[in-house]
Amino acid sequence: MSGSDPVAAFRVEAFELLDQIENDLLDLGQDLGNRALVDAVFRGLHTLKGSGSMFGFDALASFTHHCETAFDRVRKGQARATAALVGVILSARDQMRALLDETIAPDEAAQAAILAALQAAVADDGAATTAPAADAANVIEDATRLTFRLAPSAMANGNNPLNLLGELRELGATKVCADLSRLPPLDQLVPGECHIGWTMLLPASVTRDDIEDVFMFVMDDMELTLEELEPASAASEIIAVAETGTAAPSQARTPSAPAAESVRVPAERLDELMNRVGELVIAQSRLAQIAAQGGTINEIALRAVSEDIERLSSELRDTTMVLRMMQVGGLFGRFRRLVHDLAQETGKSIEFSTEGETTEVDKTVIERLADPMVHLIRNSCDHGLETAEQRIANGKAGTGQIMITATQTGGEVIITVADDGRGINRDAVRAKAEAQGLIAPDAVLADQDVLQLIFHPGFSTAAQVTNLSGRGVGMDVVKKTIEGLRGTIRMTSVEGQGTRIMLHLPLTLAIVECMLVRVGSGCYAIPLSAVEECLELPASEAAGGKSRSFLDVRGELIPFLRMREAFATDWPAELHQKIVIVGAGDTRVGLVIDQIIGNAQTVIKPLSRFHAGLGTFSGATILGDGTVALILDVGNLLASAQRQSATRAVGEAA
Amino acid sequence: MNATSFRTAKAIEGRMLTFDIGSEAFAIRADCVREILEVPHVTHVPGAPAFVNALINVRGTVAPLTDLRIAFSLDSAKHNEDTRVIVIEELIHETRETIAILADKVNDVCELDGGQVEQAPAIGTRWRPELIEGIGRKGDRFVIVPDIARIMGEYVS
Repeated sequence: MSGSDPVAAFRVEAFELLDQIENDLLDLGQDLGNRALVDAVFRGLHTLKGSGSMFGFDALASFTHHCETAFDRVRKGQARATAALVGVILSARDQMRALLDETIAPDEAAQAAILAALQAAVADDGAATTAPAADAANVIEDATRLTFRLAPSAMANGNNPLNLLGELRELGATKVCADLSRLPPLDQLVPGECHIGWTMLLPASVTRDDIEDVFMFVMDDMELTLEELEPASAASEIIAVAETGTAAPSQARTPSAPAAESVRVPAERLDELMNRVGELVIAQSRLAQIAAQGGTINEIALRAVSEDIERLSSELRDTTMVLRMMQVGGLFGRFRRLVHDLAQETGKSIEFSTEGETTEVDKTVIERLADPMVHLIRNSCDHGLETAEQRIANGKAGTGQIMITATQTGGEVIITVADDGRGINRDAVRAKAEAQGLIAPDAVLADQDVLQLIFHPGFSTAAQVTNLSGRGVGMDVVKKTIEGLRGTIRMTSVEGQGTRIMLHLPLTLAIVECMLVRVGSGCYAIPLSAVEECLELPASEAAGGKSRSFLDVRGELIPFLRMREAFATDWPAELHQKIVIVGAGDTRVGLVIDQIIGNAQTVIKPLSRFHAGLGTFSGATILGDGTVALILDVGNLLASAQRQSATRAVGEAA
Repeated sequence: MNATSFRTAKAIEGRMLTFDIGSEAFAIRADCVREILEVPHVTHVPGAPAFVNALINVRGTVAPLTDLRIAFSLDSAKHNEDTRVIVIEELIHETRETIAILADKVNDVCELDGGQVEQAPAIGTRWRPELIEGIGRKGDRFVIVPDIARIMGEYVS
């Protein structure tokens, strides 16, 4: 699918429009009296209908039309916005989304049901039910078929068929089809004559007089037939019309090839990029000039150009990375609907709030984050939050809270999913883990370790498997996905007060700032975001081989790993070895290395499958001199340090 | 006596790149070879199996450097001016990998005599026969055609 395909472009816009409509509807659900939101939803539906019919999505356009009509009544104050109406329009929105996706066959029955519910929702209010909303359902029940063809001279006499069609639409005409059967070949075509006939369905409530009023000025010489349709045949008629009207174009469209990915980029960011490229071209020509100079090279000029290019390339890198960044707000918006639906399914009262929507994360991270977050939110709704009665019995507010926040700290974005539900029952987790043989019955586990058990494949504490969650396929998938993004998961949970799951994610996947260190003859990179401090290894610890490998840093006992031993290097050790303390959250470990070389921006290259299983390294990078340096996998080092402290704890207990 | 009379022969299509490791001559299909480089800076990977314990930079791609000496238990030699790195692309467990192979000397791109190899004898060689696709001849030398995908596949996690 090419980028210039207007239908593809329409679809992208329509999806955005539908998301916007959904958001506005959800806001409206919170604040039913808000006129601005009613207008916003109406405008959204109206735009969707208009552009939908423009691009040949006729089924979508006519379906949207009914929703728009119903909503128009709310806008005009003829009906009140109710939670039921919002609910119906939300389901109608899903139907519209399905209509946009040509791989899904339109579900006429579901549409009819939605339209009936829609009518009920606006009629329930007790306001006078007049034409538009009633029409929506009547079309399905019984209808009149109108066929007409204007006199060839109609347009010459100053009549515009479009105006007529507009008036018919106001009467509630649907399934308008043009009849091109009498269109002459091009060489015989008289442009001023009207060759097109129209067929449409009108609600039964429209009388013959209503129709004749429309055609008052063009009655002479025109053909007009009206047919009453039996309810059953009307339904099949609609399908038949729908088939001739919409099925044909959808067959013409190519079957769903995976749509090419596209990113929306603010124009000023592109301008910025262009400026940098412009400067780079100038710098390059200066470099060429210096190179072309005969005799001795002007070193100062060369250095100046080199500095310029260095600055430009780092700016270019930053600008390009920013192009890939997207706000998490779009992602969070999707979950509002999820929580809304989950609240209805579970019968719980849930308040959903988000914070930090403007935080920007790499596009790939956003895309891959959606599924794990759905799992987490489902878990919170289903297992985490109690029912209103249970909450009140426990002295909490009846409405449960689910909160998603995004914050950026250094090279990391932390996305938190928090609820104020019942928290994780450690005993239940333990019992389950023991029953599944994951831990020995008498194993001594730290609190974090117990919590981490829920990320084990096949683990689920829900005594009952519900439709929502509890199948035990959630958390390990979440963990795998987050680790695949080079992120980590941390969680805190207080029984009776709620659970908080924090996803620590790298800001970007492609480039990381690293500290380069030397161990023996090898140069290794440590992600700078994990580095907490650098110390000199005390002389008392310098001689290796001692059983004790803990260091007292300002009163805190920090385990350390001797990288020279871990990497089995036989190079002579540096006289003054250094310790780089790396950490995430509360876990910290010191890495004893020979020398700190400095910081560098590194482009991460994945390791081949030969080395992926080693675990010690998360990737490789190419340094300025063209050599390869391995990037240490800090998460893995921390895990091994934890094991070390666990064995120590056991040793002390014994 | 004609050796092919009592061992199954197998045709081997196309041109082969021959190279030496120690005193043995090896040949791999020329069409999987991407380039031949002088030995660049080699980065040692601690903890990796000796067969594939290094990485090199091949035009911006980090490629594992493999040493067939380990797979065929040959003596290791010091790098000298003839030492080369052969960069190949090979399907390993259904994924294409770029892999570098260390060679003491790269000889020639040619067709093996008769365009065929014989099955490796089950006895009389130091090597595991399944790692060898066949043994061919070039002039007066025996040339070993290793089963690269098989050998590499053993080390892929």
